[in-house]
Amino acid sequence: MPVRFAAGTLVLLALAVLLVPPVVQLDQSLVDLRAAGQPPSLSHPLGTDEVGRDVLIRSIYGLRVSFLVGLVAALVSMVIGGLMGLAAGTLGGLPDRLLMRVVDGFNALPHLLFGIFIVALFAPSATAVVISVGVTHWTTAARIVRSEVLSLRSRPFVEAAISGGSTRMRVVRRHLLPHLFPHLTLATVLMMPHAIWHETALSFLGLGLPPHLASLGNMINDGQRSLLTGDWWSSLMPGLFILVPTLAVSVLAQHWRDRRSPRWRSELEL
Amino acid sequence: MVAWRAAFAVPLLVTVTIVMFALAQASPFDPVRQYLGERALVTSPEVVESIRQNWGLDRPVLEQYATWFGNLVSGELGESRSLHRPVSEIIGERLGWTLLATGSALVLMFAGSLVVGTLAAWRRGSWVDRVITGGAFANEAAPVFWLGLLAIWVFAVQLGWLPAGGLTDAASTTIDPADVAAHLVLPVAVLAISQSSWLVLYVRESVIGVLREDFVIGARARGLRERTVIVRHALRSALLPFLTLLGARMPELVTGAILVETIFSWPGVAAASVQAALAVDFPLLAALTLLGTAAVLAGNLLADIAYTVADPRVRTLGVG
Repeated sequence: MPVRFAAGTLVLLALAVLLVPPVVQLDQSLVDLRAAGQPPSLSHPLGTDEVGRDVLIRSIYGLRVSFLVGLVAALVSMVIGGLMGLAAGTLGGLPDRLLMRVVDGFNALPHLLFGIFIVALFAPSATAVVISVGVTHWTTAARIVRSEVLSLRSRPFVEAAISGGSTRMRVVRRHLLPHLFPHLTLATVLMMPHAIWHETALSFLGLGLPPHLASLGNMINDGQRSLLTGDWWSSLMPGLFILVPTLAVSVLAQHWRDRRSPRWRSELEL
Repeated sequence: MVAWRAAFAVPLLVTVTIVMFALAQASPFDPVRQYLGERALVTSPEVVESIRQNWGLDRPVLEQYATWFGNLVSGELGESRSLHRPVSEIIGERLGWTLLATGSALVLMFAGSLVVGTLAAWRRGSWVDRVITGGAFANEAAPVFWLGLLAIWVFAVQLGWLPAGGLTDAASTTIDPADVAAHLVLPVAVLAISQSSWLVLYVRESVIGVLREDFVIGARARGLRERTVIVRHALRSALLPFLTLLGARMPELVTGAILVETIFSWPGVAAASVQAALAVDFPLLAALTLLGTAAVLAGNLLADIAYTVADPRVRTLGVG
């Protein structure tokens, strides 16, 4: 039941992100002071912010921006991590040990702090956010790919290819990558909520996307000023657009994990 | 293992300084431009050039790095460009407040998660368990800055029980412990709660696993009280791996501190890093980034030491 609910919510949000922007055009800089600070009502389901912009429409646009930035950031970290893991797994020996120490090092860093550092130096922008997330989050992909390569390397078909005289590149392209692809896709999907979190956190701190752009982090940041005067909807409502999809993804991931390892499930049932 | 960790920390910190310096070199950021501000448009190129020479910016990159690194090692952290005060002075002033807030949050998170997680494991499958597990998942998905604003809305705006932010009341000129304590409640609670999801779930899983072990069944068979079985037998052995995990979560704690201090205008070092970033204050930001990394490494080291102390097997066998 919660699984269906989670999947349904994700589909609904995806439809909103895909269908609403073409239908309802949003002028990012348009303000309507007559409609400022209205609580949720029929004409504005999630209310309006301090300059009269509709919170629901802007949240959907914000989710779209966050989704795009999160997707690109997750892909960047997968590409970096995939290459590192592939290099470590196929080369083995000293390069492998060195790369894994680098992974350890990156894991010990406070990611947001480095994100802030990178964004501050390269001026806040979507590109800076993507770079800051990609550069600090590739280690998970590297670990997954490396362990997968290590297990694939001793499989008969890879050994056959090597003893048949295939070059290293050919083994990687023809035999390893097709097996790694599903793992990387899944890792990207699981990475997305975290990447979105980073984007919104940086935007919230004023270090992410340009302030006039409808992004979830920017909206929460704008809304916190009017929170003290009783306007809760313009900061708390956009937050739900981060919370709900993240929760849905984690419910699905949990479900998938339980199905993949029935042994653990049956142990828990005991 | 402890020695290995410590040996790993030094090269890592040095690498962090190299990476930070390289990033600063690669970025379009120009300290002289920043120093001059609007005057940069009317300042003659000769003057700009002399400032560059004065600051050593015309030197080879490696030499600049060596000078900067040497200064860092000797404790010369430079002067903050946005606050116009020595960086070490700013850190010294703010570090205590950060340690107070994060330390209290750690204690609260630790104690709270143990109680809640054990409760969920003990009453597994009941509605208590379902509420706790569901709450932990929702909490994990909620961004900490959203949680912070929610707490301000509920406890400061609606109920008016607690102040919304700052260290003391705006009107007060002295630091009164009771006043600070009232201001401490919300940031500490939000930081602790936002970090506790994984811990609650972990304690729950771990206790459930241990409850099936022979020695727990044995303790029950001997007729020991349920409380004794849970607290003395199950919880104790479920806790060990948890110390290492606590160390591994240090980066998240630093992240949480940055956001929580910013939301609640807490005058700590973590909030200062955001202010430094907004002002592109390289000396301050670099020092704080380094401090954050060092804090994570120190946390890992402490967790390892605690593990060695708690588990005699690690000490004697040297495994881990």
